[in-house]
Amino acid sequence: MAKVDKSLPLEYQTEQSRLNILGFWIFLGAEVVLFATLFAAYGSLKDNFAGGPTPAELFKLKDVMIETLLLLTSSFTCGIAIWYMRRQNLKGLLTWLIITLALGAGFVFVEINEFIHYVHEGATMQTSAFLSSFFVLLGTHGLHVSLGIGWAILIIIQLIKHGLTPTTARKTFIISLYWHFLDVVWIFIFTFVYLARMVF
Amino acid sequence: MAKNHENEKFPISHIAGFIVSLLLTFAAVAAKKYTDLPMITVMWIIGALAVIQAILQLFMFMHLTEGEGKVQTINIIYAFFCAIVVAGGTIWVMTSGHVHY
Amino acid sequence: MHIKWDDIVITGDPLILSAQIGITLTMLAIVVGVTYFKKWQYLWDEWITTVDHKKIGIMYIIVAVLMFFRGGVDGLMMKYQTAAPEMDFLDAQHYNEVFTTHGVIMILFMAMPALIGLMNVVIPLQIGARDVAFPQLNALSFWLTFSGAMLFNISFVIGGSPDAGWTSYFPLAGKEFTPGVGNNFYAIALQIAGIGTLMTGINFIVTILKMRTKGMTLMKMPMFTWTSLITNIIIVFAFPILTVALALMTFDRLFGTHFFTISGGGNAMLWNNLFWLWGHPEVYIVILPAFGMFSEIIATFSRKRLFGYNSMIISIVGIAILSMVVWVHHFYTMGSGPVVNSVFSITTMLIAIPTGVKIFNWLFTMRKGRIQFTTAMLWSLAFIPTFTIGGVTGVMLAMAAADYQYHNTLFLVAHFHYVLIPGVVYAVFAGFYYWWPKMFGYALNERLGKWHFWLFNIGFNVTFMPMFFLGLKGAVRRSYTFSAESGFAPLFMLSAIGSLILAAGFAVLVYNIYYSTRYADRKISTDPWDARTLEWHTASPVQPYNFAITPEVKALDAFWYMKKNNEGLVLKEEELEEIHMPSNSWLPIYMCVVFGVVGFFLVFEWFIPAAICSLGIFVGLIIRSFDYDEGYHIKLDVIKKTERAWRGEK
Repeated sequence: MAKVDKSLPLEYQTEQSRLNILGFWIFLGAEVVLFATLFAAYGSLKDNFAGGPTPAELFKLKDVMIETLLLLTSSFTCGIAIWYMRRQNLKGLLTWLIITLALGAGFVFVEINEFIHYVHEGATMQTSAFLSSFFVLLGTHGLHVSLGIGWAILIIIQLIKHGLTPTTARKTFIISLYWHFLDVVWIFIFTFVYLARMVF
Repeated sequence: MAKNHENEKFPISHIAGFIVSLLLTFAAVAAKKYTDLPMITVMWIIGALAVIQAILQLFMFMHLTEGEGKVQTINIIYAFFCAIVVAGGTIWVMTSGHVHY
Repeated sequence: MHIKWDDIVITGDPLILSAQIGITLTMLAIVVGVTYFKKWQYLWDEWITTVDHKKIGIMYIIVAVLMFFRGGVDGLMMKYQTAAPEMDFLDAQHYNEVFTTHGVIMILFMAMPALIGLMNVVIPLQIGARDVAFPQLNALSFWLTFSGAMLFNISFVIGGSPDAGWTSYFPLAGKEFTPGVGNNFYAIALQIAGIGTLMTGINFIVTILKMRTKGMTLMKMPMFTWTSLITNIIIVFAFPILTVALALMTFDRLFGTHFFTISGGGNAMLWNNLFWLWGHPEVYIVILPAFGMFSEIIATFSRKRLFGYNSMIISIVGIAILSMVVWVHHFYTMGSGPVVNSVFSITTMLIAIPTGVKIFNWLFTMRKGRIQFTTAMLWSLAFIPTFTIGGVTGVMLAMAAADYQYHNTLFLVAHFHYVLIPGVVYAVFAGFYYWWPKMFGYALNERLGKWHFWLFNIGFNVTFMPMFFLGLKGAVRRSYTFSAESGFAPLFMLSAIGSLILAAGFAVLVYNIYYSTRYADRKISTDPWDARTLEWHTASPVQPYNFAITPEVKALDAFWYMKKNNEGLVLKEEELEEIHMPSNSWLPIYMCVVFGVVGFFLVFEWFIPAAICSLGIFVGLIIRSFDYDEGYHIKLDVIKKTERAWRGEK
């Protein structure tokens, strides 16, 4: 299928690319509902502490702000990477993509440390319904980020190997959509899980 | 709102999106930390700020309206409708009647 | 967690032992037979690695027919056990396992594959396209569904079946009350199959929106395509809910979390809520394609355009939106209070309206038409009054206050069988008789078809009508026996006799498939029903590339228009070009095996092997990411030869 339209940005040029990008947006719609269901579970169980640790005892604003800033900045740098891609600048694209991944890895590192800290405080996912739903919601998001980093590394290898073609541009664009989406989800996690129950 | 990013010399819309996102984030923190408003008001404020930031990022970062923009936009709107029904509906059902403990 | 060998290989039960032996022998027979006839290469090249939507569709249908047999035997066993008071054919534990597998198999491994199979075969053809948007993903969808089905079915002979109902309510379905692996099978097998279905949803939305042939605007699409589009939208937005619900169940059972447990602050009602948030859209996922099929068949065999096209579309969109806001009607009695119950009563009753509109449109389509009583049409005609019975009993159940009386009685069971069987199963049968010639190049025998129809239809009503009255008398569902004093015995016996007639009907279908495959005339028209839509403007069976030149659509009922105006029917060979086709792929079957193995290890809680084997999933994804295969082209001479063969020499 090569109905090529050279007037469009590189990632949209072939027919198959247009199908793939639309398909991925629809997949993101499904992911919105997936996370909404995790939020639904969290929202129902968030006050069931079973005598165990509560948000007031656990959540620290500093860690959460660091995670937020890392992820938000990585979403910004990802946007810059695509900006370079649209100007056929492979070097710029790769540079900013790698920065994005470094920030993402930083996010995962801080989050894992946060979880280890909670476990040391006696707050595991087996402790209470609140903690079960907290860890599964946050863990699902963190797992998505980690998988995204792995996926992006695969894309970087292909960009180096094949250069910037309509196919590699499309793959890069799709993973950028995925990455931005994870930050959009984080906005809601930050707001409704952490900030709403933060005690200063 | 399909800004033509092709001719920009400088990624101004991305930078603007980033800065506004930061401001919205700090505003939410401020609303919780530095005001004495009742909890329910704070929830509405930070909730609204979250939705605004999400919409902002959908347009500024994710190019929602490019390509099959119309289909993609309807898709995201329906997804958020379903999200509200699922999350809000669950919380409503689970906290009504004598089931809530 | 150490699962003992005794738990894996079940001993001491004659039924299960005979199944174990039977399965082993059958598998051996298949391996020996395929080897003897030297068909491994053929199977591998033509079916196992195919990405052709038509073949994938046929494989789905084969799975559905086999699963219908298994689910049907479950049903017969239940009917036999309840034919008389205090029967001891099945004890309570086994009865629980039987009704659980009956439900899961019929809905998830019979109805869904049958409908998705028919969608796979027909939709790209109806929209004048050469394939779906993502052919390899399509194959993966099938093989994941197959993987989930096989994992679920194996529970009968290894480990023990799930036993908490197809709805798997907590706390019964949790570790505290049902230790062992049965419900692990439920959580994990359904999860794997669900991933496949979600991918189908995405695939068909993009296909229908982006790959329609020239001139086919949304408002010129056939009704089956419309209902499939809406169905796939519901799939995309409902299946993630199931994914999460099953994941939370898995965490509770395998990792000791407290989502639905009694202790630790868990809430069992949350399961019901999440399950039905998915479960209700699910029943619309199965009914909407069925409605679409009926629309096609009724129009074709009334020789009239479908009445009220616009109102049909508004109705199915309305049903799709409403289907997301009625789910609490499945658990009115769980205590969410009068406000919640009232709101959901109203939304549930509202959904009857667009459905009613559709019934009237079908009736008006038939009015002043010239009805042809083919088997496909007979199923459609029987559907209308029988489904309506199911529908109006649904409105009765919708009233929350009244439902306190009906809930979990056989009245409820009769209601949903009266909507599912006439709605979905009759449509699947009708679809088989209608599209069989297009899929295989010969038709199912009409005489046998009529025996199939009458036996099944009569059997169905004799089986399920008594259950309304049993329910009103107080007979509860999911109960392995009843007392002689209850007075239920005569109606239970009548129902059991009905199930035998039902089984006979199914047997006739199976015989029909065998008989027609062996004896039916292969020289039939490619348009045997003088139909209205584009899938009939192809060879039978359909050529691999579907259309040598994609047709141009001028009106609704595009093929009918072409025939009546003698337009676009002749192939202009000068306009032919080489046709690009996607390559076959071994990745889907590989993923099927890997997911199956990982799933099996998770079911038995052997976490280290599961973790190691899950690396295989990542390997598969990496291979896919680095796959730059561009497919191949079908040459002009092959196209010309194929086209001349079915069109007749020019």
